[in-house]
Amino acid sequence: MLPFFLFSGMFLIAPAIILAYRSLEGPDGTLTLDNYRALTTDTVIAAYSMSVRISLTTAVIGGLVGFFLAWAVSMGGLPRPFRSGLTTFSGVASNFAGVPLAAAFIFTLGRIGVLTALFQLIGVDLYGGGFTIYSYWGLSLVYLFFQIPLMVLVMLPALDGLKQDWREAAENLGATPGQYWRRVALPVLLPSILGTMILLFGNAFGAHATAYALTGGLLPLATLLIGQQISGDVLNNPGLGYAVAMGMVFIMGLSIVLYSILQRRSERWLG
Amino acid sequence: MTISTAPIPVSTDAEAPEAPARRNRFWAWVIFIMTAVYFLIPLGATFWWSLRAEADKLGFEAYRRLFEDANFWPSFTESVVNAVAAIFLSLLIIVPTAYWVTLRLPRLRPVVEFITLLPFVIPAVVLVFGLIRLYGRPPLLLTATYDSSRVLLICAYAALSFPYMFRSVDNGLRAMDVRSLTEAAQSLGAGWPTILRRVIFPNLRVALLSGALLTFAIVIGELTIALFMAQQTFGPYMANLTRSKVYEPSAMAVVAFALTWAAMGTIALITRPGKRG
Repeated sequence: MLPFFLFSGMFLIAPAIILAYRSLEGPDGTLTLDNYRALTTDTVIAAYSMSVRISLTTAVIGGLVGFFLAWAVSMGGLPRPFRSGLTTFSGVASNFAGVPLAAAFIFTLGRIGVLTALFQLIGVDLYGGGFTIYSYWGLSLVYLFFQIPLMVLVMLPALDGLKQDWREAAENLGATPGQYWRRVALPVLLPSILGTMILLFGNAFGAHATAYALTGGLLPLATLLIGQQISGDVLNNPGLGYAVAMGMVFIMGLSIVLYSILQRRSERWLG
Repeated sequence: MTISTAPIPVSTDAEAPEAPARRNRFWAWVIFIMTAVYFLIPLGATFWWSLRAEADKLGFEAYRRLFEDANFWPSFTESVVNAVAAIFLSLLIIVPTAYWVTLRLPRLRPVVEFITLLPFVIPAVVLVFGLIRLYGRPPLLLTATYDSSRVLLICAYAALSFPYMFRSVDNGLRAMDVRSLTEAAQSLGAGWPTILRRVIFPNLRVALLSGALLTFAIVIGELTIALFMAQQTFGPYMANLTRSKVYEPSAMAVVAFALTWAAMGTIALITRPGKRG
């Protein structure tokens, strides 16, 4: 037990605490809230709002698509092997983030991408039409590649938790499938669905490698801003970087707490 | 509605459950095919691109160039060594902890679970600057040389693996009767090191292996921490390649996908229900 507490103290807790402390420090070493006041400047707000928008978009779309996909392979009547295939694929795709994922999408929808070229063949000029992979929608499209599979991985066991008895009981009482879903299954599943969407939100919010590899830091994004402020050549204000980092830890912490609460609630029925 | 009590003709009775099932199957196929298209296009496009390095013909030239790149193998092997070191470090810390929490100190479980979740709360980009700030100046100065930074990187990776490792080991422990096994071993005169090494570890093989493979998949191409610690590992190498070359990055992405697939496929294989080892 002791090594565990010592190790996590040294490599998880202490680094977070020192950043919290440094974020309260001015350039001359005095305690100040200036760094947090600077969070309201346009650059920071722009980065945070872009991060929030992308995280929200991919959490909601990824959550819905992932849920329906999990439903399709577990109760939708697709052939059995689809399910185990999708489970393995989801394990792969949810961990296929970072540089290779960014590269894959550059080759697909970048300026020289295969799909971009195909669209050009049929007369649609994506980049002329204002689309770029290095934008809000572009990055969202990339993030969905790991968001959807994560939702699938969490939802499959939850859907398995729906008891056959409930459906039969509902049918015996004269409920239509629609009524069963609206009145029984969805209320039971809702905490789990919402909780996992919050998890997806945090997952996208804290993602750095994919965005960095894709845009090289061009897009205003909270994770990218931290790196630029602390170790950048152009912008350099470590104190502000630490404050942005703390804001991130706060949002991530909040989403994990909400996720745990909702997950615990869903275990009442599905556990 | 009172209709439900009326006698129902036999023919519709047989068809009634069929119709919604068929409609479900239709929508299930629609969803499945649409998402399959979304997932397969980037993979297919990348693969296609990786075959086109030579003008006018398809071939594996991009892969040949990638594997012959002077920095490919050094950075890759360095990342493999880092990953293996982080996995062992993580196992060494997590297995006794999970065991102890299950057997002796269940009261500490919420605390331990909370700590193992911290890597989700502290994103890598935040953690790395905390580590640099903490160990980057006297008296510790761990970032002074490349090798000492590397030690720090491995420790960070071990910490990042805690959520996956703890959950995996914890599930493994739940699947066996830890208490009886421990008592049986003790009554035969085994001490704690012997119990852990000869009884607990062997019974946890599947759990340990899946935790290890998952950690491997995450750590092998890790970019953020390695980048800011100026380590020449596989992640920063891939990022550089993506910016500087045309065809090699596509071969690299295909190789990385195959690696991830190998790790996850092995997990799926060894954790298949009914097969324990």
